[in-house]
Amino acid sequence: MPSKEVYSWLRTRFFPHMWCPGCGHGIIMHSLLRALVDLKKDQSNTVIASGIGCSSRMPGYIDACTLHTTHGRSLGFATGIKMVKPEMTVIDVMGDGDCSAIGGNHFIHACRRNIDITAIVMNNNIYGMTGGQASPTTPAGALATTAPYGAVDPTFDLCRLAEGAGATFVARSTIANPKQAEKYIVDGIKHKGFSVVEIISSCHTQFGRKNKRRTPISNIEFLKSATVTKEKAKEMSPEELYGRIVVGEFVNKTAPEYTEQYLAMTKKVREG
Amino acid sequence: MGKIAFWQGNEALAMGALAAGCRFFGGYPITPSTEIAEKMAEELPKLDGRFIQMEDEISAIAATIGASIAGSKALTATSGPGFSLKQENLGLAYEAEIPIVVVDVMRGGPSTGLPTKAGQQDVMQARWGTHGDHGTIAYAPSSVEECYTMAVEAFNAAEKYRQPVLIMSDAEIGHMREKIEIPDPEDIRISNRKKPTVEMEKFVPYKAAPEDDIPPMASFGDGYRWHVTGLTHNDWGFPTNNADEIEKKMTRLMRKIDRFRDDIVRYDTESVEDADILVVSYGSVARSSSRAVKDARARGMKVGHFRPITLWPFPDKELEKLARKVKTIIVPELNCGQMVLEVERAVHGKSRVVPMELVNGDLFHPKDILEKISQEVR
Repeated sequence: MPSKEVYSWLRTRFFPHMWCPGCGHGIIMHSLLRALVDLKKDQSNTVIASGIGCSSRMPGYIDACTLHTTHGRSLGFATGIKMVKPEMTVIDVMGDGDCSAIGGNHFIHACRRNIDITAIVMNNNIYGMTGGQASPTTPAGALATTAPYGAVDPTFDLCRLAEGAGATFVARSTIANPKQAEKYIVDGIKHKGFSVVEIISSCHTQFGRKNKRRTPISNIEFLKSATVTKEKAKEMSPEELYGRIVVGEFVNKTAPEYTEQYLAMTKKVREG
Repeated sequence: MGKIAFWQGNEALAMGALAAGCRFFGGYPITPSTEIAEKMAEELPKLDGRFIQMEDEISAIAATIGASIAGSKALTATSGPGFSLKQENLGLAYEAEIPIVVVDVMRGGPSTGLPTKAGQQDVMQARWGTHGDHGTIAYAPSSVEECYTMAVEAFNAAEKYRQPVLIMSDAEIGHMREKIEIPDPEDIRISNRKKPTVEMEKFVPYKAAPEDDIPPMASFGDGYRWHVTGLTHNDWGFPTNNADEIEKKMTRLMRKIDRFRDDIVRYDTESVEDADILVVSYGSVARSSSRAVKDARARGMKVGHFRPITLWPFPDKELEKLARKVKTIIVPELNCGQMVLEVERAVHGKSRVVPMELVNGDLFHPKDILEKISQEVR
């Protein structure tokens, strides 16, 4: 059960939520809310934005300034809000397709810009809401409605993508370790700049049904067995790492933050 | 008496937006609209505003909508292909009732088309570009001065009716330089969005007063917590599948523009009192038409000019009144006959409607229109 403080962040009048029973996204929402409570954030000064998909319904359940936008475009909306009200805490929750397929361009540019937004990518390796189509993170060989003979496409490593594009905080955890997920969300929100926290989620309904992970429990067990820490991964060969989920904090560096840079520039112009 | 300036249309539009209180611009460069972005990049920092060049047209309008949700008057500007890209998020702004102003400096198409030449080929895209039903407010300036005043008017309409408002300029108007008179700031009427007055706990974000159908809008960060969604939603702003709630939302969305139609519609007439022939045109074409009408009058022909200033809502009732008196209506347009359909709908067979199409990248010479008028007189 959530604590009283976490409960106060929920719009319980809109429950039950629309996620399938046992969906990994609920665990992520709980981690996020615990992180916001830990950080003593003010609900009226916290923005939670999302795109489209199962993950993107999350803001509707959170009692804050919330926004459910178009598929892949949420970072654009969040950027506009952050530019006008830099003092607000802005969090963008996105799915794997949302972030890396339709929203890929927006994602890499938010990383490059280093604007102080925390992107939480809820990666369940599938398009759940539309019925189980392959996403850019569907593992090669896995079955999906649009990959009935196994996905041929190579998969995206979202953390490496974020790092390459310039994000200044990048970390990955899974729903099998909600405490670690919460820690990375806390660190991501505290970090000044664009933070990416990828949390490997599960979709037993759409992904698991086709790929021998039919129950919520079997997904948690899979994630536990497949996870290796960043430190351990360093000693493993590429063959040993195949199909594994490497977790840890990959990037944590300081770089100029976008809104601060912009405001400093306007100050200079105005004082001319 | 205001100041005199010698400005380009795009420049005047940017300056007009600032005069209206616009303090955010999200953009992506595209010809022939780019000077609007350039001017905003230069001027906004001076006013403690925010300019951001986004990675594409899609995120540019997304940021613009976000800025409006955070309480800023926000503008984005584009041309043909960029306008197509903006349509998805424009639809969200209609559904979620977020006031923004979108400028489309039209060029020829389809596709990349004619980037440096004038066109009026986005007239129907302005009305029906996004999927789904909604009311549309779209202005078409005919002069540099109007670029300035219309920017103010567009922001006022966006704020008042709480929805996106379009300015359908064209390459000719956007790039033309002419002398304009800038109104004194005290002579500019500014409208601001209605804000909630109830306490946060009692705030129902999409509950509209029956007298205007426009719900008050709180800004993020002002102490109110609410939910913005592109899904069809109830008064609380939450997605609904309830038929009654869906119908309530959709009818209100349409009705709020219908009921204020007479306040929104703008048009201009010239020499229509005794006219047998009427030329209907807008934007840059209206200038050629006006010249042609003057020349025709000098030759003794009874011709008038009707200029829709709002393309949407179309001034149909006003045009229909005139159509009862004239024999022929000539509609010159820089497209293959888009607004002429609306003219036909408005006049309902009361007079003969003659289309005049030009899509080779040239402009109508007044002589071309005069020639057409002469043919109709014969």
